Amino acid sequence: MAKVIYGGQSYECGSDSVLDCLTARGVPIPSSCRSGVCQTCLMRAVSGEVPAQAQAGLKPTLAMQNYFLACSCHPQGDIEVALPEAGINRLAAEVVSVERLKPDILGIKLNPSRKFEYRAGQFLNLYRDESTSRSYSLASVPVMDESLAIHVRRVPNGLVSGWLFENLKAGDRIEISEAAGDCFYAPGNPDQDIMLIGTGTGLAPLYGIVRDALQSGHRGRLCLYHGSYDVYGFYMVEELRKLESLYPNFSYRPCVSEGDAPEGYAKGMVHEAALAEHPDLSGWRVFLCGNPLMVNAAKKQTFFAGASMREIFADPF
Amino acid sequence: MHSEYMLSMYSDSTTVCLDGKTTKEIKLSLYTDIGGEAAVNAAVDIFYRKVLKDDRINRFFEGVDMDKQAAKQKAFLTMAFGGPHNYTGEDMRRGHAHLVAQGLNDSHFDAVMEHIGATLTELNVPANLIAQAAAIAESTRKDVLGK
Repeated sequence: MAKVIYGGQSYECGSDSVLDCLTARGVPIPSSCRSGVCQTCLMRAVSGEVPAQAQAGLKPTLAMQNYFLACSCHPQGDIEVALPEAGINRLAAEVVSVERLKPDILGIKLNPSRKFEYRAGQFLNLYRDESTSRSYSLASVPVMDESLAIHVRRVPNGLVSGWLFENLKAGDRIEISEAAGDCFYAPGNPDQDIMLIGTGTGLAPLYGIVRDALQSGHRGRLCLYHGSYDVYGFYMVEELRKLESLYPNFSYRPCVSEGDAPEGYAKGMVHEAALAEHPDLSGWRVFLCGNPLMVNAAKKQTFFAGASMREIFADPF
Repeated sequence: MHSEYMLSMYSDSTTVCLDGKTTKEIKLSLYTDIGGEAAVNAAVDIFYRKVLKDDRINRFFEGVDMDKQAAKQKAFLTMAFGGPHNYTGEDMRRGHAHLVAQGLNDSHFDAVMEHIGATLTELNVPANLIAQAAAIAESTRKDVLGK
């Protein structure tokens, strides 16, 4: 008989759903519709087989990470499950290189001490000590890059970024977490147009997602808009221009929100500039990363412009 | 353990109606006729856009996670379309109590009803099916408004 393993305890499941199995034993699992629709009972399988029915209606990026709906999951075999916010594992990593991409942005490359599964655009937590960590998005692509790459912006009085800027050097060993997050490129629908909008180091995940999509053979347009206050805020411009010349379906547009915008730059809020040039996003996939105010406004505006809620992937930080 | 749901007006209870069909059979046939899950998927974006653009009611959705909200809208539409669900009147009360405290009233419920109708019209659903879906949605009014 199938067992559900949760929080180190094992529960006989019978023909019950994972939700009924756990709640009947007094384990509090949030739920609402109990019909596989509202997604309140979202859980993640740590090990074991997830029946396809339990992932019906989930975003592909969630399904690929073994998320499922507990109310419609009737496991055939033993399954270990966790709530989405359950802690992710840590591991050590060696610093391969530390590069100043700009005076206030570090590009850090890391070699994890063991097998590290991730998707370009997901994030990891970097620990300064037990209680101090920050999340950074991955700009690297597993099949293209040997090391993990993150971009760190120096935050005024930042506990972690300040420490990294002052101390970090090649050869150091630091603690990181496994990768998490659902803002990444899921293969499929290769002719779909993709809009990517980011501010600041929101470029890191978008750069990873763009390269991941291109190397996967994506044929639809990939329109990247990067926003900054002024022309001095942009970085990796050369790499992006090079990608543009290699792939005709990729376009890069820097956008300045304050002051004058030179030739080739868009002007204004980055998501407004993107929508001015692409007012109809029906059928598009959308990625939004960076400043939470921009991300939240852009989520609504791109949805109003026709993108389906299921096709909008966001990472505010 | 779920016996209380069987007493609920929205559950697929087996009250036998005049024509001999159970309410459950009638609702499932509505769900099939409207187009099942594909219809709900098509409707949820249209419906949620209308709700968010409507200044009469969008303040109730400010600061809410849009992904989670869209999933809840989908569950609500599934129910209104006669689809499978396990919502009870008590669930509806609990889920909207914080909005009632912020002033949610009949006029707001009317606005949502309007959007359900307009969404289904936009999807070319026949008027008699729209009326059935509207009746199911309407049956939640008292609980949603905490009356």
